[in-house]
Amino acid sequence: MSGISFILYTSGRLPNSVQAVANLEAMCLAHFPDHYRIEIVDLLQDPQRGLADGIMVTPTLVKLTPEPKQTIFGNLSDVFQVLRAIGWNGKAE
Amino acid sequence: MMNDELKEPGRMKIYDENPSHEISKSLSGIEGFDQITRGGLPRGRVTLVTGGSGSGKTVFGLQTLVTGASLDEPGLFVAFEESSKKILANASSFEWPADKWEIVDAMPPPNAITIGEFDFEGMLAVLSVKLHAMKAQRIVFDSLDVLLHLLPGVLVRRREINRLHSWLSDHELTAVITAKLDWLEKATPMEDGALQYLPFIVDCVVALTHKVENGFSLRRVRIIKYRGSSFSENEAPFIIGPRGIEVATADRSISPLPTEKITTGLRQLDEMLYGGIMRGSTMMITGNPGTAKTTLSGAFAEAAANRGERTLYVAFDESGEEIVRNLTSVNIHLHEHLDSGILQMHSEYVGSGGAEEHFQHIKALVRRQRAICLVIDPFTAFSNAGSLTNSQAVAARLIRWVKSERITLICTSLPLAPEPEFSGTILKITTIADTWIYLSFSNGGERNRGLTIIKSRGTNHSNQTRELVLASSGLSLAAPYTADGKVLMGTMRWQKERAEDEERARLNLEYEHQHATIETEIDELEARVQTLKRNIATKQLEQSGRAEIENLRHRDEESRRADMIRLRQSDEVRSGKLAPLASTKRPLVEEDQT
Repeated sequence: MSGISFILYTSGRLPNSVQAVANLEAMCLAHFPDHYRIEIVDLLQDPQRGLADGIMVTPTLVKLTPEPKQTIFGNLSDVFQVLRAIGWNGKAE
Repeated sequence: MMNDELKEPGRMKIYDENPSHEISKSLSGIEGFDQITRGGLPRGRVTLVTGGSGSGKTVFGLQTLVTGASLDEPGLFVAFEESSKKILANASSFEWPADKWEIVDAMPPPNAITIGEFDFEGMLAVLSVKLHAMKAQRIVFDSLDVLLHLLPGVLVRRREINRLHSWLSDHELTAVITAKLDWLEKATPMEDGALQYLPFIVDCVVALTHKVENGFSLRRVRIIKYRGSSFSENEAPFIIGPRGIEVATADRSISPLPTEKITTGLRQLDEMLYGGIMRGSTMMITGNPGTAKTTLSGAFAEAAANRGERTLYVAFDESGEEIVRNLTSVNIHLHEHLDSGILQMHSEYVGSGGAEEHFQHIKALVRRQRAICLVIDPFTAFSNAGSLTNSQAVAARLIRWVKSERITLICTSLPLAPEPEFSGTILKITTIADTWIYLSFSNGGERNRGLTIIKSRGTNHSNQTRELVLASSGLSLAAPYTADGKVLMGTMRWQKERAEDEERARLNLEYEHQHATIETEIDELEARVQTLKRNIATKQLEQSGRAEIENLRHRDEESRRADMIRLRQSDEVRSGKLAPLASTKRPLVEEDQT
């Protein structure tokens, strides 16, 4: 397994964004602690990035690798749903 | 740009303007739409454009941005439903100048899902930056339901709708939000409370519908609400042409309208219309077969040709030759005008093409002849060409076109129902027509033609039904004749007139008789007065005679009494009982005492 990489688009310290960051980090640490990479893009700080990437909604999680690319909106409150959505089958553990 | 009051968080801009004047508006640039909304979109406020897929929502949004660009009001298009590439391709298919508006790609990937809550805060932050950079004054969200459906739960959706609305108001953006909402159908499970909630918070709601009937496409637009403004509440047909949406409307275009009145070809009708019909207006003549619709149309054509105005007569029912021949019998002569070319007759055959083809053909003929007066007889022939609803749309467009060209149009039609109140024509153009003449038959053992002006925009008009008389000397309207609140015609009129004459004669006799009786009574009374006067004179004489006698008697008595007093005084003075009398009254009292 070559690892898993995400971009998480957030807006500052808004509750949903803060929760999404916490939920994502907790999930990664719990399930694939050594195989993940997260880039956090704060659209309040870098709105041009949102325009360029076509991301308007926060929080938005984009799983870049492994393919296929998957977009998830929301604060990622349900970890198991997120794992299912990104196609994680637990083999990398 | 921002209003201090509106910067307060959580505070929505509500209906706070001075209600005494209409709100300020931004032109949408959509032909016809700016007329039915009396000036376009509410400036700095939100307009919701609803409709099913393919109803023209995106084109509507794009067109407002293109117009904004031309008015130095830059705009931003936020694309949720299609990629920016597709939107731009769509826009370039129209004859629009491409400048000063931009597009933001915000389409969620097709496989995107939602886990947990999210909000629009990030999106609005990104858009604020973009809007500020381009000094945008207009924005289009197309279509918002795509994003709303990703939000979990009705409450969250409502909250985000409020957030968006308040943000738009804070930025005073003239916004168009499109949403797939069909007003004709009940809410589907997808159209939950949140989407239904949208129309309530926005200032203006526009509904677009698109139906296909008998293979013909038919689009309609309706303003459902418009806070702080009046608007036309009727559905109006529209097409998506090379310049985008064109709404068919009878509302005036901005260029000045002719104010000159021209004759209808029938003097008495002109009088009823206080001088005729407006040049460039549309007159609809409805009536059953045989009510002289064609004759009236012919009279108009003749009058127009007599003025030297190029006139086109389009006949659907009969050939031009037949019409010319038949009109000669009522002293309407079109031959010479046909020969000089001032008047052209053209026979279209129903079924030779769809309504659209007829329209294009008529348009071409009018342009070729440069006609300024047009007769279409009957206009209802359009309804036999293809589907009815399509024909209605074409008819509406034809009238709009004729108006924009300032052509005076006379068209005839069969009524839909026997009563004029319910008899809009099948093409529904009586609402678009400026003047509506209703021809009817009145019965009573014979058919007499009655003419009523049901409406005439912009001119005063008579409310009387008058009898239309066709004679070899020509057309005329008989002077109004009413009895017991009814207009009478023909034999009934004659009968009524006779009856009234008799009644008048009877009343005359009665009057004379009464007059004579009273005269006699007066004479008698005068005679009695004379007698009484004589009696009075006699009595007066008698009275004065009696007074004379009485006077004499009185004087006589006084002298008698004086004598008596004199006699007594000598005794009484002597006895010392009484003082001598100074008045004449005392002796009478004294007399009683004695």
